Amino acid sequence: MTYLPTAEHDELRAMVRELADERIAPRAAEIDANAEFPQDLRKLLAQQDLLGICFEERHGGTNLDTIGQTIVVEEIARADATTSLIPIVQKLGALPIILAGSDEQKDRYFPRLASGEWLAAFALTEAAAGSDVASNRMRATRDGDDYVLNGSKRFITHGSVADVLTVFALTDPAAGGRKGMSAFIVETDTPGFAAPRVEHKMGIRGSPTAELTFDDVRVPAANRIGADGDGFKIAMATLDRSRLGIAAQAVGIAQGALDAAIGYAADRRQFGERVIDFQGIQWMLADMATQTEAARQLTYAAAARVDANAPDLPYWTSSAKLVAGDTAMRVTTDAVQVLGGYGYITEYPVERMMRDAKITQLYEGTQQIQRLIVARQLLARAGVAKRG
Amino acid sequence: MKIVVCIKQVPATGADKRYTDDLRLDRAAAEAIINPLDEYAIEQALRLVDDGAVEAVTYLSMGPEQAAEALRRALAMGGDDAVLITDPALVGADEWATARVLAAALDKLAPDVSLMGMASDDARGSLVPGAVAAMRTLPLLSYGSELKLADGEARVRRLTAAGFDWIAAPLPVVATVTDQVGEPRYASLKGIMAAKRKPLETWSLADLGLSADELKGGALTQVTDARPPEAKGPTERIENLPAAEAATKIADWLAARKLI
Repeated sequence: MTYLPTAEHDELRAMVRELADERIAPRAAEIDANAEFPQDLRKLLAQQDLLGICFEERHGGTNLDTIGQTIVVEEIARADATTSLIPIVQKLGALPIILAGSDEQKDRYFPRLASGEWLAAFALTEAAAGSDVASNRMRATRDGDDYVLNGSKRFITHGSVADVLTVFALTDPAAGGRKGMSAFIVETDTPGFAAPRVEHKMGIRGSPTAELTFDDVRVPAANRIGADGDGFKIAMATLDRSRLGIAAQAVGIAQGALDAAIGYAADRRQFGERVIDFQGIQWMLADMATQTEAARQLTYAAAARVDANAPDLPYWTSSAKLVAGDTAMRVTTDAVQVLGGYGYITEYPVERMMRDAKITQLYEGTQQIQRLIVARQLLARAGVAKRG
Repeated sequence: MKIVVCIKQVPATGADKRYTDDLRLDRAAAEAIINPLDEYAIEQALRLVDDGAVEAVTYLSMGPEQAAEALRRALAMGGDDAVLITDPALVGADEWATARVLAAALDKLAPDVSLMGMASDDARGSLVPGAVAAMRTLPLLSYGSELKLADGEARVRRLTAAGFDWIAAPLPVVATVTDQVGEPRYASLKGIMAAKRKPLETWSLADLGLSADELKGGALTQVTDARPPEAKGPTERIENLPAAEAATKIADWLAARKLI
């Protein structure tokens, strides 16, 4: 399967890039310095129909293909990684419902998510359960027609600004995380829910990463997603797709850093010459460009396979996220290097891009987890028996 | 109420402009955009729709076939339909021929307001609106920072050195607006998708009842030469200095030439 950009994709890219260059990029430094969630840019993206890209037309969305969704994220991330999380997490938070929710649940929530009136978030991780999802402890106890949720979550992106969360909790603690977890839709104005603190972070500082507490939070059984005990499966299926959003973000960050490095090197003169004319710098820029393009193409190949419902979808999305995240870290580090001392100061954007890039190696499954997923597929393809 | 907004597709501002052997602009060589000043006219028309003062907005452009892209981009911002006038006889047309063609098309479309930007980014003649108004024997309300419609009348607010004037005329009128109208809206994603389905008609000179002869082959003026501006000799670059030091150097340079 080969991916070639269509005229529509190019038009979409041009549209988002214009918006990003004119309205998002100028705000990026301020958002980072003040650790400010950019509500103005959230409204702008909503107005431009960019928060409805993963929702169907019947809910007010534009239902772009996965490559189109990737391009939207990429072009925003090129200007600002924090802002790119707005469409990324809108999809992440909604995916459990997209994949396993009932039509009634979709009709109830998707119109407001597609319009951007409401924000969604995904609440799986706990303080003691990161990579080890199955060791989640939060509980959901059945009580008549309701479930009562008790526990806490940590590192939840947009947890403190979201209107609706998809939350994972144990409905059958004895069965353990893999079989006993269920998924729920929780509206954040429900009594007992709180977002008591947000983390201070290295990067994506404008994106609130929240600790969430659930103290006898009551949700109707109609808010359970899928069947009792489906939670782990739903979480994994969600991450298999959402991690492509992180790959797209990483590609965008890398591209932004590369563009900044080229712009600077073309202007800066030392030893009587433009820095960009030095072979050593050209070699660095060429490596940065080719690696970014390779990450991009792998991401698009994975996106095409998501739309084709490929049976080995996790292999592709994990590969893309792995390569793109590592590429973003390398390219942004090199971009700082190309700018020299100026790359280290906040007056230039590349130090922020480098700090922002690091998270793409950590969230939605660390690079180590991605490697395990890829390896599992390799063993399966090679007919190697599962460990006995 | 119906408005026709005339727009022109021009090479991107700052793009390298290249010319063909017969000194016409090589439009295929550079990225093409909607003339930036026309975007303010589009924005003004769409605001009047938002306010309920206008029901229909049509875009009109004269150009090569690729100018249809500019019309689609305008439709993506809003509006109902578009007309492209394109004809081989119009290649190399100057402002007079352009005005003749637009005037004929506007007579056919018969809007309440024929709205234009105040100048085009490439030729910058600013002659077309006045010529169109004269040819159609209609009032011209030019250089408006705002356009209002009420009681069978159009009014523009024109900024002057001392303040502003309101200039009014009975409909129908030709009007031009400036960048003081306010920021043109971005085309939303749904707007872009909807634009593909909005009607876009193509008209030739024959559809307007005009002949190539009548337009005297398209131009009353003739381009005799086109060349890039000459480099003025060695320039001094003041760069990589702290702001205060750079300012001192600039001031010294100006003072040495008795400019300050």
